Amino acid sequence: MAAISQGIEATTALFLANSNKFLFSSCGSSLSEKKRNFFVVKSDGKSYSGLNQQQRRAQKVVTNAIATKKDKAPSSTASKPGHELLLFEALREGLEEEMDRDPCVCVMGEDVGHYGGSYKVTKGLAEKYGDLRVLDTPIAENSFTGMGIGAAMSGLRPIVEGMNMGFLLLAFNQISNNCGMLHYTSGGQFKIPIVIRGPGGVGRQLGAEHSQRLESYFQSIPGIQMVACSTAYNAKGLMKAAIRSENPVILFEHVLLYNLKERIPDEEYVLNLEEAEMVRPGEHVTILTYSRMRYHVMQAAKTLVNKGYDPEVIDIRSLKPFDLYTIGNSVKKTHRVLIVEECMRTGGIGASLTAAITENFHDYLDAPIVCLSSQDVPTPYSGTLEEWTVVQPAQIVAAVEQLCQLLR
Amino acid sequence: MALSTHRSTATLLRHLKATTTTTIPFLRNLSTNSTSTITVETSVPFTGHKIDPPSRSVETTPQELMSFFRDMALMRRKEIAADSLYKAKLIRGFCHLYDGQEAVAVGMEAAITKKDCIITAYRDHCIFLGRGGTLLESFAELMGRKDGCSKGKGGSMHFYKKEGGFYGGHGIVGAQIPLGCGLAFSQKYKNEENVTFTLYGDGAANQGQLFEALNMAALWDLPAILVCENNHYGMGTAEWRAAKSPAYYKRGDYVPGLKVDGMDALAVKQACSFAKEHALKNGPIILEMDTYRYHGHSMSDPGSTYRTRDEISGVRQERDPIERVRKLLLLHDIANEKELKDIEKEVRKEVDEAIAKAKESPLPEPSELFINVYVKGYGAESFGADRKEVRAVLP
Repeated sequence: MAAISQGIEATTALFLANSNKFLFSSCGSSLSEKKRNFFVVKSDGKSYSGLNQQQRRAQKVVTNAIATKKDKAPSSTASKPGHELLLFEALREGLEEEMDRDPCVCVMGEDVGHYGGSYKVTKGLAEKYGDLRVLDTPIAENSFTGMGIGAAMSGLRPIVEGMNMGFLLLAFNQISNNCGMLHYTSGGQFKIPIVIRGPGGVGRQLGAEHSQRLESYFQSIPGIQMVACSTAYNAKGLMKAAIRSENPVILFEHVLLYNLKERIPDEEYVLNLEEAEMVRPGEHVTILTYSRMRYHVMQAAKTLVNKGYDPEVIDIRSLKPFDLYTIGNSVKKTHRVLIVEECMRTGGIGASLTAAITENFHDYLDAPIVCLSSQDVPTPYSGTLEEWTVVQPAQIVAAVEQLCQLLR
Repeated sequence: MALSTHRSTATLLRHLKATTTTTIPFLRNLSTNSTSTITVETSVPFTGHKIDPPSRSVETTPQELMSFFRDMALMRRKEIAADSLYKAKLIRGFCHLYDGQEAVAVGMEAAITKKDCIITAYRDHCIFLGRGGTLLESFAELMGRKDGCSKGKGGSMHFYKKEGGFYGGHGIVGAQIPLGCGLAFSQKYKNEENVTFTLYGDGAANQGQLFEALNMAALWDLPAILVCENNHYGMGTAEWRAAKSPAYYKRGDYVPGLKVDGMDALAVKQACSFAKEHALKNGPIILEMDTYRYHGHSMSDPGSTYRTRDEISGVRQERDPIERVRKLLLLHDIANEKELKDIEKEVRKEVDEAIAKAKESPLPEPSELFINVYVKGYGAESFGADRKEVRAVLP
């Protein structure tokens, strides 16, 4: 651990010292050739790193894969390792660490600079890194996404923030044609290491246009990866992984999850972009979910446990490609699948996931896959109507009961 | 191709009364003297919008003029060969030909270095050649073979050459403009003294993303030069039917603009070096190249339903870029008719050889279908979705 923090301190000092004259000799060249002292934590708690055996034994890893915290005792803060923060702060921490590490990383979006970001994810970064690295763009999503892609083509690693994912529909052409396909149509000559991120999902009475779930529209684009974060821990890890990835990654955040408080490790960690997270192991039914619906599922899980069921909850995290390995192992164990998602019923992530599981694991299923998704309606403004468009815990409990009854 | 900066006092415009077919041997020595500068006046003066246009007199050398001739002849020959290949069904899909507009590609190349970036739309074959692409790569790509510049996976509209600073090759009209501004942003970010030429057509000049990108480029003083290749027809729609204001160089409003005769390679060269200087100091500038395409919009368009054949042949007679350079070469006695014809024959042979070689190139393997969808490597020890393939391992 000492070696890692030394390594990180050294690199941080180097970049801060040189922040006035940007050292761009490394921009465009792969940083993977340089030795990095950091380690990866997989969701099952196993960790491994590029360090030698001795150093590895000296590490202490704090994993916190389970979202619901059992202990809420106020006295526990001082003795526990790690630090507590909110999800948007975790995103910011990940972003800041990556910007320190690599001078090619830059942010562009509406109000990300002086305003600090509409959800405070980029607060304070413009003062630290300057206006060119944290760029306030005019309201022109199509062009600034295109600009980000052009910058990525020539060696930078931009992070494009959509103030709300729904606004990125204006940039669909750039994301689909240029971002996703350029690596392929250029025969591998150009890579696009861009991260497109922003909040989406149904909020609190934001209206139809500001409550969109774009993962269903983007999922067919070849060449991109999509991930959805749900806790402060995986938000920071996925943000860092997305920035380091050479592929274009779309990171879906959720408007209602920005103020989730969690304790995350002090050490640097990067999560795996293509992996799903086992939230709660179980025996009776596999519940696949992501983003905000994870919390509805966990709430329903409490009720289900009281009723005697043992659900296995998996946060799929990686929306493209699906982690069929983790999902498949779970299906082989429980033989029943329930998908709970916030996308619309038609053509959403759940629909694709249902098809993928049926294709690959049909023999292991004892019952048809049940997919609970939002209704195929524009999200209404009125509170009660909005509640009815989204899947609620009571519906999840009812669905599990029905699924499990087929066996009894 | 750098302009020779010292003026040779002895060299001025020479008027030769003798016919160009016979040349006195001792005069020919002058043609190989590449350090001699020739000053040529462009055919049409430049028109500026919110900027003082550069002078009409362009300095050039015999060597440069010869290279213009050869390059343009090569490009013209290549496009005509592509035409026949398309009709022979060896090239499928879309094929947008650039013949008539070669002066823009060649003149631009003369004014800049390979570190400057060029990005254009789908009419990209000749610019690819100008940026260092080989004939084999372009024909193989057009025919979908493995040796193509994009390994056969891009096609006519997706030529790229990273080493030559050529960023494509884009199918969607106007989508390359924000990309070009991104390239300029990157150049500014890294403090490189280079510029980006973003080419688009008169059809794309009505796209919103052009004005969005222009606003951002002007706001941040990006070294972006937006070049409108105005060939007067957006597919089948004439410019006066599509744009309320066909003065594309003025449409930048707060961004200065320059109107250039795009059929005159020397004028293009002058404008581009002027623009490069301007962009490095003051930010974006728009260049409107007044040019013309002889073929239709693409191979599926005959090109004669919306314009008369007289118009096409009229432009070919009066403004053809290769003829213009040919006249200059003959006038300044740099080469004679026979030599120029020899160059054309040589070029034709080169193109035919490249086509033959490209025809021998194999089609891509089936496994190529899945290669380059994602970039492999860098990341945690992450596996493919089926856990059978290790994508990358951390150091």
